[in-house]
Amino acid sequence: MSAPTPPTPYVANKPKDIPSPAALRARIPGWGVDLDPKDRPSYPREVFDPAGTGAHWDYPEEQQEREGRERSIEHGQLTPVFGTSAPLHGVSGSIRRYAYRYGEGRAAHWLILMAGDRVDAWGAHLRSLASLRPDDPVTETGVLAEGRRHGIASRIGRGRVDVNHLWLDPVVVAGPWVAAAAGTAVVVRAIARRTRR
Amino acid sequence: MKAMAYRGPYRIRVEEKPMPTIEHPNDAIVRVTTAAICGSDLHLYHGLMPDTRVGTTFGHEFIGVVEEVGPSVQHLTRGDRVMVPFNVYCGSCYFCARGLYSNCHNVNPNATAVGGIYGYSHTCGGYDGGQAEFVRVPFADVGPTIIPDWMDSEDAVLLTDALATGYFGAQLGGIGEGDTVVVFGAGPVGLFAAKSAWLMGAGRVIVIDHLEYRLEKARVFAQAETFNFAEYDDIIVEMKKTTDYLGADVVIDAVGAEAGGSFLQQVTGTKLKLQGGSPVALNWAIDSVRKGGTVAVVGAYGPIFSAVKFGDALNKGLTLRMNQTPVKRQWPRLFEHIRNGYLKPSDIVTHRIPLEHIAEGYHMFSAKLDGCIKPLIIANPS
Ligand SMILES: [Zn+2]
Ligand SMILES: [Zn+2]
Repeated sequence: MSAPTPPTPYVANKPKDIPSPAALRARIPGWGVDLDPKDRPSYPREVFDPAGTGAHWDYPEEQQEREGRERSIEHGQLTPVFGTSAPLHGVSGSIRRYAYRYGEGRAAHWLILMAGDRVDAWGAHLRSLASLRPDDPVTETGVLAEGRRHGIASRIGRGRVDVNHLWLDPVVVAGPWVAAAAGTAVVVRAIARRTRR
Repeated sequence: MKAMAYRGPYRIRVEEKPMPTIEHPNDAIVRVTTAAICGSDLHLYHGLMPDTRVGTTFGHEFIGVVEEVGPSVQHLTRGDRVMVPFNVYCGSCYFCARGLYSNCHNVNPNATAVGGIYGYSHTCGGYDGGQAEFVRVPFADVGPTIIPDWMDSEDAVLLTDALATGYFGAQLGGIGEGDTVVVFGAGPVGLFAAKSAWLMGAGRVIVIDHLEYRLEKARVFAQAETFNFAEYDDIIVEMKKTTDYLGADVVIDAVGAEAGGSFLQQVTGTKLKLQGGSPVALNWAIDSVRKGGTVAVVGAYGPIFSAVKFGDALNKGLTLRMNQTPVKRQWPRLFEHIRNGYLKPSDIVTHRIPLEHIAEGYHMFSAKLDGCIKPLIIANPS
């Protein structure tokens, strides 16, 4: 009895157990149509073809600058075109503007921006309470989909690995509300104490 | 107009917002007919992407009808049905001139490390996205393309990111004839990457996920072998066993920063946001590829550092390739493949949701309820 052949990495040139091109072609429509790596759309990675994009400018006209548009200090200038979806404002705006003093290579830049995001969200919740349209944790989290889209059946007995940290979601979702409520209580109590005095 | 608006992590609503306006001579305003929610939108929804501001509208996958054009627009007119690649790009800067459309230098003042993307935070330029009735489309002569008459509109919306990105991921892998290709993630991009791997001549395509309904789709739609990593003690060892202890020639990470599979990484990366997302999928890719193999990354990762096993990549002599997809470079070829019947992208669409119900759509997609693979948003029924 001869010894069984060891697996591939231990011997030279053992062929892989792959179906023939004909068999693959029969099973998969279009198998191998893009076989030649040189004929793939992003090969080579860089192709110099400035005329191929539809642009009819070497440098685009400049979009009108808004007052104090923030930009990365790794840019030499404000880019000629930019988004205007949510200009900096308030406390979160100051935090974010501060973050833009750091380059993109610094953790500080991104972590301060994340802090600004949290302040922005909490501030927006507080402001919404004084508005005609307060934030609604039921409709805005879409949690009603749990009932309408088989929330339980989608999770139970399916071996999903994300179910094991599901308990964290309510903390993440409700946390800011609890914090805001606690903050409001502290402020109200302080005011009450001061007026009593 | 009605538009989806971000209100903070896990919270969105539909708001009445001002109509977008022409802010640059080459802008167009597009009336959105269909948009999609993308897996990478979940990074924004979960508050993982720095400088995601309250009030912004998400949505980088959309098609629609041109409503208005700026004075320098030459290639589009009012009434054209267009598909818009998710990249905002100028077409002429140093990077665009070299075909690196996703790395344009003229559209994102907020960062140099990432280009402009519709509805993808101020880190990607601060553009409002297409999960709205109307959207501003900068560089209308460069990005949008008129949808061919023969093309199904749901195929068109999937070409704006998911299909182009899956195909690009397979390209980045440099797949050769007979290669064994492993795809982490059976979401839309993973399914399309698996399908594309065959077109490039793969000999074996394996898809890994933990959601059985998505793996079923990978078997049927992408003719792939599947492994449910939740069923194995160590999926990497399983991959080694099934590849004769070599490892795969090419591994594609189509998961990105929200990967499950490691409690520690998930909590520090996705819940507590101490990393630029959970790098589980990327680390598994590095572990399961063969020595000298290629790892292609098309799952989205944020700019904050992640705990990536770089030493293993070095010691194994890996090639790591990655980028945001230069979508429009892929289109002519993908149009052909759709026409020839090799690809039918809309087969993965599972839900069509009116814009008014988008909050529930996000929750359903995020929590993977109801067998959701790809939800479309119907903005203006046409
Ligand atoms: Zn997308
Ligand atoms: Zn450019």
